[in-house]
Amino acid sequence: MAAGVATWLPFARAAAVGWLPLAQQPLPPAPGVKASRGDEVLVVNVSGRRFETWKNTLDRYPDTLLGSSEKEFFYDADSGEYFFDRDPDMFRHVLNFYRTGRLHCPRQECIQAFDEELAFYGLVPELVGDCCLEEYRDRKKENAERLAEDEEAEQAGDGPALPAGSSLRQRLWRAFENPHTSTAALVFYYVTGFFIAVSVIANVVETIPCRGPARRPPREQPCGDRFPLAFFCMDTACVLIFTGEYLLRLFAAPSRCRFLRSVMSLIDVVAILPYYIGLFVPKNEDVSGAFVTLRVFRVFRIFKFSRHSQGLRILGYTLKSCASELGFLLFSLTMAIIIFATVMFYAEKGTNKTNFTSIPAAFWYTIVTMTTLGYGDMVPSTIAGKIFGSICSLSGVLVIALPVPVIVSNFSRIYHQNQRADKRRAQQKVRLARIRLAKSGTTNAFLQYKQNGGLEDSGSGEEQALCVRNRSAFEQQHHHLLHCLEKTTCHEFTDELTFSEALGAVSLGGRTSRSTSVSSQAVGSSSLLSSCCPRRAKRRAIRLANSTASVSRGSMQELDTLAGLRRSPAPQSRSSLNAKPHDSLDLNCDSRDFVAAIISIPTPPANTPDESQPSSPGGGGGASSTLRNSSLGTPCLLPETVKISSLRCPRLPPSLITP
Amino acid sequence: MATVRHRPEALELLEAQSKFTKKELQILYRGFKNPCPLSHQECPSGVVNEETFKEIYSQFFPQGDSTTYAHFLFNAFDTDHNGAVSFEDFIKGLSILLRGTVQEKLNWAFNLYDINKDGYITKEEMLDIMKAIYDMMGKCTYPVLKEDAPRQHVETFFQKMDKNKDGVVTIDEFIESCQKDENIMRSMQLFENVI
Repeated sequence: MAAGVATWLPFARAAAVGWLPLAQQPLPPAPGVKASRGDEVLVVNVSGRRFETWKNTLDRYPDTLLGSSEKEFFYDADSGEYFFDRDPDMFRHVLNFYRTGRLHCPRQECIQAFDEELAFYGLVPELVGDCCLEEYRDRKKENAERLAEDEEAEQAGDGPALPAGSSLRQRLWRAFENPHTSTAALVFYYVTGFFIAVSVIANVVETIPCRGPARRPPREQPCGDRFPLAFFCMDTACVLIFTGEYLLRLFAAPSRCRFLRSVMSLIDVVAILPYYIGLFVPKNEDVSGAFVTLRVFRVFRIFKFSRHSQGLRILGYTLKSCASELGFLLFSLTMAIIIFATVMFYAEKGTNKTNFTSIPAAFWYTIVTMTTLGYGDMVPSTIAGKIFGSICSLSGVLVIALPVPVIVSNFSRIYHQNQRADKRRAQQKVRLARIRLAKSGTTNAFLQYKQNGGLEDSGSGEEQALCVRNRSAFEQQHHHLLHCLEKTTCHEFTDELTFSEALGAVSLGGRTSRSTSVSSQAVGSSSLLSSCCPRRAKRRAIRLANSTASVSRGSMQELDTLAGLRRSPAPQSRSSLNAKPHDSLDLNCDSRDFVAAIISIPTPPANTPDESQPSSPGGGGGASSTLRNSSLGTPCLLPETVKISSLRCPRLPPSLITP
Repeated sequence: MATVRHRPEALELLEAQSKFTKKELQILYRGFKNPCPLSHQECPSGVVNEETFKEIYSQFFPQGDSTTYAHFLFNAFDTDHNGAVSFEDFIKGLSILLRGTVQEKLNWAFNLYDINKDGYITKEEMLDIMKAIYDMMGKCTYPVLKEDAPRQHVETFFQKMDKNKDGVVTIDEFIESCQKDENIMRSMQLFENVI
């Protein structure tokens, strides 16, 4: 419960006076008044610095250390103050949280120390106020990342820290991932790097025209064709090394599927595949064209360097992350290109021997002109074409040169903003979840209180007090308030489960009719209609039966049939829902008759009309209530009377259940 | 509104006007001055507006929707109808509710139900109030809340209160009927130990 509003409890309870004239049932009495309700000043001594505050302030948040009875563990009876051996500077923030409801994060303190203080005082970090939340999270994340890095570096640093019993696989994987761990790994790392370089250079040199050995007619052919065997051998060696490395990595990978899907392994595969395909492709002219294309993929071997270079990886990641901005740039460029190409095409349409044969052909001109390259292979010849061509080149400067720096700065801004928006959305979710949790916490607390028999009377039984969780005065009064609302409207609070079951029960109708029959034949009136409390009578019957069974073990079979009517755990909660003996009443044995009246065929006729009164909607409502009151004779509620009497007079059950 | 700092009357004056002791007034004022500690919106200090009322009430009744009832409550507290409840209004209301005579309490309740403050409670007004109260229960109730539950409750109420069956309840009828009802009389003492 957001106990910051504990100070408004008096107002809420006072406002409940507005329900009193409307209540159709008598309201439950208020919880007992504590002896000392005055406010006092508490002294909290934190390492010598004394803080003083009202007790009420600390009571605002009863689920923290200072708000609950946990602080009594730190109470020093000699000095009459609460002593904490913690940081007084940090405590200032904790105490301010109680005062203002917002937890602020100190700027100059270490975030770890702050966290520890929060954990000690029972405050969850989510309570940090919005003004400081973002910074708190950033610093925390920074810290966490730094710690993780340190850990990684540590891990990488300590080679022999690997457990002795690790398998060959694990050792191999570590060698691949961290080449610095052992000399063999380092050697392997450099060897593969060398071979990647060799392979790339060979690919490049292959295409350089070599001069023929003798002064033949200068038939320049690429070196690859002059020394095919040498290049082939080099290629084979490289591919063998790469294949071996790939297979070893595949063997050593802890998660093979993930490894297969990773980018680096894909690059590896693409790098070596063309060679193998080339081995199996016959050397005829049709396919060799396609084969030549495959050789292009050999250039991807250069990407294998990214395992060796951190910078390349970062660049790849950066490109990936600003893909949307680049996409937008591309899109706007495309728009401009299409526009200008169309215009130029139609402007140059009339000319003979024009290069602008189609709009796609004009694309090339537009791109070259807009990027201010100006190759000159396509030039407009008409005047209109020249005019539009100049407009195109001028706008090219604007379209391309201007957005680029804007996009660069936008990129960094949008990137951070996106992160902030995601953070805010996550925070919002957390906050909503927290609010929902608090709400459900309150509701659950109330339902729990009802389940446990909701005691407030100190007179009745210490043994009952033991089984109920100790509730604060605030909770007691709040629950009393909710109870009054229930009585006013003749409906009860339940949880989702029970509610959906009730809905199901209503729709089924079968169950209700059966339970109706139990109590209807008991009460003898068929008018248990849809007024506000007929089902309460039924439920009371069932509940009563259940509660009496808990007191005395009689008539188990009847109870089974009754319990069988509702085959769900809900009856347990519902059975005790109204078992609130919170009136400390001295019952005379007359109340027995009332019990009998409700469940069995009533002997005292005066009581039957009592019970059937609420079922007939509005039938002389005022008269009925007075009748009920007078016949009761004791200032107590009918259902509670029933409960208490049932608990007190265990010999009732047999007569109770007999229909 | 946030820059308007409303300072309440002197403590002695309030003590004389209301039935609270100085200590109680001190406690109430401290809470009043810090009305919504958990919200992220600014709270003007010194006066409480309707939004704050609604928020506070929603904290107490998390399962249902208490905004309508809080609205009626706000109107009942805001006796001079200036859109804000000052500390004096607050104390005046609380004094009646917690320390007043039964007559005063019933008067206050009548004032709450009489939405347009014309001295008569009509069925429509009562239905609005009833719906607001039933809204506070929320969805998950047992038994399942029916559509016409408020209406039936209003019918019951009118049959009890409306003596001359003219369709409206006047203050005299109201007080008379309530005084006859023992339950109501007894429950009037329920909330006296609140502070």
